Amino acid sequence: MIPFTYSRPSVAAEAVEAVTADPGASFLAGGTNLVDHLKLGIASPTALVDVRDVVGDQVEELPRGGVRIGAGVTNSELAAHPLIRARYPLLSSAVLAGASGQLRNMATTGGNLLQRTRCPYFQDVTTPCNKRAPGSGCSALEGYGRDNAVLGASEQCVATHPSDMAVALLALEAVVRVLGPSGEREVPLEAFHRLPGADPERDTVLEHGELITAVDLPAPPKGARSAYRKVRDRSSYAFALVSVAVIVRVQSEQIADARIAFGGVAHAPWRAHRAEEALRDRLVTEASFRVAAETEFVEARTGRENAFKVPLAVNTCAAVLRSLTGATR
Amino acid sequence: MVDVAPGAGAIGEPMERLEGRAKVTGTAPYAYEHPFDDPLYLHPVLSTVARGRVLSVDTAKAETIEGVRALLTPWNAPRLVDTGDREFAVLQDREVLFRGQFVAAVIADGPEIARQAADLVRVEYEALRHEVDPSSPGREVYRPDAEDAGVEPDTEQGDVEGALAAATVRIDHTYRTPRAYNNPMEPHTTIALWEEETERLTLYDSTQGVHVVRGTVAEVVGLDPERVRVVSPHVGGGFGSKGSAHAHNVLAVLAAKASPGRPVKFALTRRHMFSLVGYRPDTVQRIRMGAEEDGRLGVLVHDVVETSSRAKEYAEMSGACSRTMYAASARRTTHRLAALDVPIPFWMRAPGKAPGMFALETAMDELAYACALDPIELRARNEPERDPQTGLPWSGRHLVECLRRGAERFGWDERDPKPRARREGDWWVGTGVASSMYPRSTMPGSVAEIAHEGQGRYTVSIGAADLGTGTWTALTQIAADALGCGIDRVRLRIGDTDLPPASVAGGSSGISSWGSAVVAAARRLRDEHGGDPAPGARSRAGTPHNPDEERYALYSFGAHFAEVRVNADTGEVRVPRMSGVFSVGRIINPRTARSQLVGGMVMGMSMALHEEGVVDPRFGHVVNGDLAEYHVPVNADVGRVEAEWLEEADPRVNALGAAGVGEIGIVGSAAAVANAAFHATGTRVRELPLTPDRFLS
Repeated sequence: MIPFTYSRPSVAAEAVEAVTADPGASFLAGGTNLVDHLKLGIASPTALVDVRDVVGDQVEELPRGGVRIGAGVTNSELAAHPLIRARYPLLSSAVLAGASGQLRNMATTGGNLLQRTRCPYFQDVTTPCNKRAPGSGCSALEGYGRDNAVLGASEQCVATHPSDMAVALLALEAVVRVLGPSGEREVPLEAFHRLPGADPERDTVLEHGELITAVDLPAPPKGARSAYRKVRDRSSYAFALVSVAVIVRVQSEQIADARIAFGGVAHAPWRAHRAEEALRDRLVTEASFRVAAETEFVEARTGRENAFKVPLAVNTCAAVLRSLTGATR
Repeated sequence: MVDVAPGAGAIGEPMERLEGRAKVTGTAPYAYEHPFDDPLYLHPVLSTVARGRVLSVDTAKAETIEGVRALLTPWNAPRLVDTGDREFAVLQDREVLFRGQFVAAVIADGPEIARQAADLVRVEYEALRHEVDPSSPGREVYRPDAEDAGVEPDTEQGDVEGALAAATVRIDHTYRTPRAYNNPMEPHTTIALWEEETERLTLYDSTQGVHVVRGTVAEVVGLDPERVRVVSPHVGGGFGSKGSAHAHNVLAVLAAKASPGRPVKFALTRRHMFSLVGYRPDTVQRIRMGAEEDGRLGVLVHDVVETSSRAKEYAEMSGACSRTMYAASARRTTHRLAALDVPIPFWMRAPGKAPGMFALETAMDELAYACALDPIELRARNEPERDPQTGLPWSGRHLVECLRRGAERFGWDERDPKPRARREGDWWVGTGVASSMYPRSTMPGSVAEIAHEGQGRYTVSIGAADLGTGTWTALTQIAADALGCGIDRVRLRIGDTDLPPASVAGGSSGISSWGSAVVAAARRLRDEHGGDPAPGARSRAGTPHNPDEERYALYSFGAHFAEVRVNADTGEVRVPRMSGVFSVGRIINPRTARSQLVGGMVMGMSMALHEEGVVDPRFGHVVNGDLAEYHVPVNADVGRVEAEWLEEADPRVNALGAAGVGEIGIVGSAAAVANAAFHATGTRVRELPLTPDRFLS
């Protein structure tokens, strides 16, 4: 750990200004990811700007049935909030599938979106990692690969995004509200997280100094059912091997529309547009679910240790669709 | 010989832990928490090559940090007297024998400062080609010395090849267990204080044996053991990894010698614990069985290849269980070690027996299916009349009783033996059984002292350890009954080398070794001072030699039952129910004993489902070396776990009739889970852990 300054401004613009002015500065919210990284030597900011007093900590109703979630709302508060439980039970269950009670009490909505991708080599400063030390090489590519991404990875990075919340938010078509040095902007969640490409050190499209102030959710789709299913190596307190958020509406035994997002398969939460398209107007049968889910993974690239993720994702997606639509196995 | 009669008072009562209140209120001092006004802090620098030589250590940057007091390197570290044991020859030369070895250290005013400075130390290496993968082609294996391993590595009885050829039913499978790490909740910590004028060294250490640590440290630094004091009143788990001194003790002593008069605090991080305090090595176990159609074994062969370290040999002895468990006229067990450039393995709860019984008890399940026999009946048909290895009569072999009683409790008889036959919703459901065993051992060398303080109050002193297992309470119960007084009349003192010596808390021998010494001391107090001793009267006695050790095979046995559910879509494995019945002699304290047995069973379930240290052959380190990635069960993984025991007392094991219960719970537990997973799914997994991907269709 190296010494750093700590400040806790009371106005959002001040926080943005403080970080913008200092290339070594970093926002701090719940600290559940950043403080770990400080200890491990992965992150070494020269200044921490605590934003807990400057971003909203409320869930508010928006006109037309949506909600705005303050970036400072903790994961525990979010999962338990009556508006979220009533309108977006998918989100509640995804948040509760993540981390532990203690971590959810500290972690915030904004911080959850900004947690770094997971990879054991990224976590270990004694091994090469392009994300941590650009150009040093990717240790995971030829190394321990059980956690590796199967979609959208690059030769530079095969890490996966760990958030459960973000997978549900992606299916719910959330919009991230951002305050930067030149004002506010909105970023649809689908455009928020990046694939690694040639510069895996960047996990999101945010520029230095840009601060998440809130996440907006449009009204939930009418007449749809939804579920979040996370598969992991132990029953709780583990990252997803694969997770899936599904929102589906059935009309006369056919899929009217479906939204599907996967976690654990890519550098970003993965919206499964191909699978969604393949499901449209299909009969609610196990076979159509499987075909649709497999479509999403046609371009999957796997190694020996993570090849299981493809059948696992397909099976899990089909199982969730089955339980939501009442189809038989 | 059982001369402390049950029903006399405290023994057998489910007493709460005497130190429980202090622990939950945070006032029980663990090693690192012993209060000092002005301590220094130590943080190490670990090697980043798996084999090679340190060329240089650049400390310039680290030294600029305010609060840094000293840097230790192979060039300037105080010299040790005995460097024969490579584990303890810390910073004595420039050789790197595994990745994660100490190559330098910082002593500073605060732990954060020490850590920051350690990060700034730059070490240059000459890296040599390393070998860390036991399965790499061409790696050599060798037979360990019987003397080093403690037991014969190889045994052979009868005509093995002939019996295999003649057998009607044959089993030939290879089972694999990965590297596993003890991960006690309390990390390994030490506070070391060197007082130069008096030449006295004091360690506040988290250890399973204060006298063991004293012996090693005294030898390594060349001090009279009387000048070394080790204090360890409370320990937050060890599971074997604290059963010996390790390199961190020596590093702390070096730092203390470099900072005379100032206590130096040293706590390993979780990541450090993956290279410095031992682990259960990976095993490859081939088991061959030849049986008649009725399941009677004619031959049993258990051939083992295991990882050891080039820095120091460690032999896990996984095949030894096959010398004792079942009858067979021909039998062979062999052990071969692959010495690699890896950290030094060491004891992890039921060394040898935990991995060995996974293999043997899975193979027995396979044999039961091959013979279309109930696995309990199969085991009953292979009961040996005497210990097959020594020919000695059993002091009490109650395996079949445990199996039958457990079967009744578990509802085994309702089971359809057909695999992949029962599904509830999305889950395949199965049940499995496995045997358990553990030697009833007593270690020599413990001494207890009892002093009458007056008014019927006694102080009982012995340098024993409480790892969280209940020693404080159980030894107090034993002392009270041996002295014929209430437990409130007994003041126990343990965990300090200023007290009479005690053997290590290992091999499930604590309660027998220390308890026998306490009973002997109470008897001697009566002999020397009469039934009503005067205030100030005191007597000492050691653990008596037990001639029955040579006359009988002294073993505990047990039976594990598990229900397992495997998700048909995802392969997730859940264990809603475990049940164990054990034959472990007399139980001193049912509350703490049950806790140990249940803990062992859960650790076996953890071994079955979760634990695997993944080594990257390129770097030689454990990739998943933290508790986020190296999984142990969380509460949600643990369903209903029941442990019970036969009411018995083994008069041949000691005066108490009691045997230890620290390890038998883990032995066979993993096999019961794996056998149940096979019964649920029809998929036989012979390599741990049973992760979801192994059951995906």
